[in-house]
Amino acid sequence: MSANLISLLMEATWQTLYMVAISAVLGTIFGLPLGVFLATSQRGELLSRPVINKVLGLVVNAARSVPFIILVVAIIPFTRMIAGTSIGTTAAIVPLTIAAVPFIARLIENAIREVDSGLIEAARAMGATPLQIIRKVLIPEALPSITLGLTLAVVSLIGYSAMVGAVGGEGLGDLGIRYGYQRFMPDVMAIVVVILVVLVQLVQSVGEWIAAKVDKRAPKGRGQ
Amino acid sequence: MSDAKSQGASIVFQSVEKAFHKPDGGYVSAVSDASLTVDSGAITGIIGRSGAGKSTMLRMVNGLERPTSGQVLVGGQDVGAAQGAKLRDIRRDVGMIFQHFNLLASRTVAGNIALPLEIAGVPAAKIKTRVADLIDRVGLNTQSNNYPAELSGGQKQRVGIARALATEPKVLLSDEATSALDPETTQTVLTLLKDINRDLGLTILLITHEMAVVRDIASHVAVIEGGKIVESGKTYDVFTAPQHKTTRSFLSGVTGVTLPAFIKGRMLKSRPSGAAKEVMRVTFAGTHATDPMLALLTRDLGIEVNILAGAVEEIGIKPFGNLLVSLDADKASDARTYLEKHGLLTEVLGYVS
Ligand SMILES: Nc1ncnc2c1ncn2[C@@H]1O[C@H](COP(=O)(O)OP(=O)(O)OP(=O)(O)O)[C@@H](O)[C@H]1O
Ligand SMILES: [Mg+2]
Repeated sequence: MSANLISLLMEATWQTLYMVAISAVLGTIFGLPLGVFLATSQRGELLSRPVINKVLGLVVNAARSVPFIILVVAIIPFTRMIAGTSIGTTAAIVPLTIAAVPFIARLIENAIREVDSGLIEAARAMGATPLQIIRKVLIPEALPSITLGLTLAVVSLIGYSAMVGAVGGEGLGDLGIRYGYQRFMPDVMAIVVVILVVLVQLVQSVGEWIAAKVDKRAPKGRGQ
Repeated sequence: MSDAKSQGASIVFQSVEKAFHKPDGGYVSAVSDASLTVDSGAITGIIGRSGAGKSTMLRMVNGLERPTSGQVLVGGQDVGAAQGAKLRDIRRDVGMIFQHFNLLASRTVAGNIALPLEIAGVPAAKIKTRVADLIDRVGLNTQSNNYPAELSGGQKQRVGIARALATEPKVLLSDEATSALDPETTQTVLTLLKDINRDLGLTILLITHEMAVVRDIASHVAVIEGGKIVESGKTYDVFTAPQHKTTRSFLSGVTGVTLPAFIKGRMLKSRPSGAAKEVMRVTFAGTHATDPMLALLTRDLGIEVNILAGAVEEIGIKPFGNLLVSLDADKASDARTYLEKHGLLTEVLGYVS
């Protein structure tokens, strides 16, 4: 393999990591509060805002039903507004983030809903405000599932990031398509796939390791 | 603990109703026209079957539920009318413990006990000393850095109790706190509650479906059935002279005094013609609890009595006995008069021929 190819692969790996990392962080910054709100705002719940809950739920569902490749193209004007350009790796972060937010929000919502309602009750009985319950009870108790959810989101983002070549975003996926498919270099394609597999494995293992670390519940199967 | 000893507060239910809306548009009445006064500093038990409305009663004391009508007053404050910060202040004066403990799995023993203090905005340094005191009080010194998953049920409930006491409440509510525990652990937890009541003088209102729990720690008891308080009073009085059939059936469970099956099967409500035996319950209370009254009955009136079942119990330090006997139906009314004259209570249960 030529030195040139190796540096290409290294650069592409770096670009993928850059896009995925930034969009995962931004996706969490926006997705976490959104997910917490979705989980706590149905009628009779902690924040009880049934109408806003419904509307946001619809928006989230709509965003999630748009195939990623269509989303990338559809929001080009918005991407240009945010990133100053609609082409390139940095610009690709915009659609990746837009896709990540509703996905992460739903994952967080599910994680929060899993928290035993008895804990919310206990905290209310202590005189906690809804915000205190969210900060001191719901998020810490949901942390193991939140961690696993975010792991899943990062893995999905790695997959999505392979499609941003369509708008001039680079990275491993783009490299694989351009060299492996268009220039018919199957060995490059194979190496790209191997790197992606290793990346996903790494992310998954680290995510599971952190989740186990923060999980103080009794091991499954041993019961309470 | 702090200098100020936490003082109990009274709890008053005034004609309280609580109805829940059902998804189908109708509603279910959980508590109806309940009036009850819980004395400050006392341990009061509310006993009732599943679905009787016990939890609903209790949850109205700290505003987890609001009465549909009527009032719940804690230390004179109307809980149902309180909102926002006012309600949160009242809640800090009312600790609560739960059947399934409701501890945070993500926090250690010390962290769980610190939670209500963090919520109340107590400074970190103060939280530390307060938590150490509480851990000491409930005897968990070696477990303070353990997570709930590493504790036994009894230890978890001790954490729950310490947590409930953290903000020095005036009232402690207990929702079936010992129902998930084995009998031995139940006793240690009940003893802890009793000690806390004695040392801190706080009011304890507990709900249970076990008369044994009431007998062991409650000075007062209320019996709830179908959302209504059907009987209430001092535990000793209710145990020795139960008025309502629900109370009696709870009592037969705890005293272990039930009719043998061979009698129960052929017992009749009214007296059959011809020779018959009357089956009655005799309760020995107060100073007579240990008198040999049946022997005296035979000596003085020549009436012979068959003992079917019996036991002597203690409530607080006062003993009381409970006997199920059968005797010649013709002489039964003389016997009852004689026994009642000597301060015993009798109740006719039925007849066998
Ligand atoms: N949030 C609610 N919504 C609708 N119905 C309710 C609700 N809470 C209680 N109920 C109903 O009110 C009645 C009394 O319930 P409650 O929980 O107070 O009973 P309980 O005596 O505590 O029973 P258990 O011993 O099973 O805990 C029941 O019929 C129950 O189904
Ligand atoms: Mg209940």
